[in-house]
Amino acid sequence: MNTQLLLIQVFNGLVNGAFYALLSLGLAVIFGMLRIVNFMHGALYMLGAFTAFALGQAFGLGFWPALILAPLIVGALGMLLERTLLSRLYGLEPSYNLLLTFGLTLLTQDLVKQVMLSQFAVSSAPYTTPDVLTGVVNLGFVVFPKYRLFVIALTLVICLVTWFVVEKTRVGAIIRASTENPGVTRAFGIDVSKWVTGVFGVGVGLAGLAGVLAAPIYSVEPYMGAELIITTFAVVVIGGLGSILGSIVTGFAVGVLAAVGAAVYPPIANTLVFILMAVVLLVRPSGLFGLPEGTR
Amino acid sequence: MTALPRTAAHNDRARTVRAAWLIGLGLLLLILPRLIYPVLALDILAWGLFAVAFDLLFGFSGLLSFGHAAFWGSSAYVTAFLLSNGQSVPVAMLGGTLSALLLAVPIAYLSVRSAGIYFSMITLAFAQMVYFVALQWTDVTGGENGLQGFERPSLFGLDFSDSVTRYYFCLAVFALGFYIAYRTVRSPFGQAQQAVRDNEVRAQSIGYNPVRFKFTAFLISAGLAGLAGSMYTFGHGVVSLDVTKWTTSGEVVMMTLLGGTTTLFGPAVGAGLVLLLRDRLTTSDLPVGIVTGLVFVVVVLFFRAGVVGTVQGWLRRR
Repeated sequence: MNTQLLLIQVFNGLVNGAFYALLSLGLAVIFGMLRIVNFMHGALYMLGAFTAFALGQAFGLGFWPALILAPLIVGALGMLLERTLLSRLYGLEPSYNLLLTFGLTLLTQDLVKQVMLSQFAVSSAPYTTPDVLTGVVNLGFVVFPKYRLFVIALTLVICLVTWFVVEKTRVGAIIRASTENPGVTRAFGIDVSKWVTGVFGVGVGLAGLAGVLAAPIYSVEPYMGAELIITTFAVVVIGGLGSILGSIVTGFAVGVLAAVGAAVYPPIANTLVFILMAVVLLVRPSGLFGLPEGTR
Repeated sequence: MTALPRTAAHNDRARTVRAAWLIGLGLLLLILPRLIYPVLALDILAWGLFAVAFDLLFGFSGLLSFGHAAFWGSSAYVTAFLLSNGQSVPVAMLGGTLSALLLAVPIAYLSVRSAGIYFSMITLAFAQMVYFVALQWTDVTGGENGLQGFERPSLFGLDFSDSVTRYYFCLAVFALGFYIAYRTVRSPFGQAQQAVRDNEVRAQSIGYNPVRFKFTAFLISAGLAGLAGSMYTFGHGVVSLDVTKWTTSGEVVMMTLLGGTTTLFGPAVGAGLVLLLRDRLTTSDLPVGIVTGLVFVVVVLFFRAGVVGTVQGWLRRR
């Protein structure tokens, strides 16, 4: 395989990796704080894309306002779900959260399908790239679509900001304190449950953002999050559940590895990530960046 | 599970309740093809056994597998493959079951070392691997199209082109599978399995190896899920890609929850209810996914004991 083709694959891998990273980052933030594995994350990613599409169809809003508005709407919906439904299951086996969000996934996907069919008369729709970002950039060694480079760059920025906030700021300290010891944190006068709702909203908002970013690359359809969420789970297992840095690094790395692997041996494209997961599990059951069980 | 003091009267009572369930459900299953059309009845048997198999792991070991479609689906494909290569029905079913069992060895080995939600995600990912193999290995699996039009040769004068005959043959297979599950749960192994579930550290301190128990429970569960999958293929005469999809793994969880975990009868009842509901929905205007999703959410939020669990709790209080 020649170098140019390999480089293109690396860039394509970084684009896919950006979505894995954004989604597993949201999962990591939510799991780290609430011990919820949000199966609905894929459906909320789809809702992000769908909201962008619906805002465009109904109000003529373009990509840029949607990029701000859709994650906010999805985040708000997430907070509502956390308050009304998920909070009822705290204190029970964490499996029940997984089951509840699985049910909500089925519900959301079919609901969006019905709305798309009845309101917009489509079951799958393309979403146009904003004018500024159409065309290609010549990087010297390779020519690559502008929009995809934008996705990689924006994702990197957001991942780094999230990492910085959680690990280095006072806000992050409060979040981590609430995770480690909710009782003591409450005793310091911090309303833990408000923070929990907020963090859930942010994590879910990240999924919504990923959805808007995905809309111009993949078309908008009700089941677009279904396959992606499984791959994201594999990424999470590889990186270590709840690890922010792990989800970012592993997200991008898995994207690149899968793309390069697919170029070398195409049939392996979809399964490589799961093979990778099996290997990591053999060597380090808690994931590459995860702490061994019991130390958390 | 609350640890009730086990008195003789309590044991007697429990035995009576179990016998009542057994006789009631047995009679219902005997006349089922007269109440609903036989293929649907057969579906209930196959999914019912699948849910019982799943519950052996979830209800009795506390391991929520979100990838049981891997075993159900691989067995379904192997059974179809063997039938289309002229093998007899028992050989094909046995082959399917064994293939699920074999597949379960590496998956169980890698997953039972993790607990809780981690276990769920790992099993889900492995099942997805099986799905992609089924999707891409088109020579054997037919890819998107699946496999169809294979023979189901007659056996001992039983004509398997008749759906009622198929149903009663499967009822015997179901009874065998259910008996294996029942024996497992009531055996010393099953008791130890539940001890590991309830308090792993304590079970370990009295000399049980939790990982080995989970591993064995996983294999039994996967094998029975495989038996159920082969039954499903045999019943329909077609296999589609759906059998390995992650939604299939989720559906069996839903059936089990709806019927009631840790009851053995519960999962089978849950499977029946879900299939009857879906059968109704396909002939109505209501979208299946929305209703199924809603049922799922309601069960998880308000109804975790399930139908059988609720009825049993109600009987116990009286």
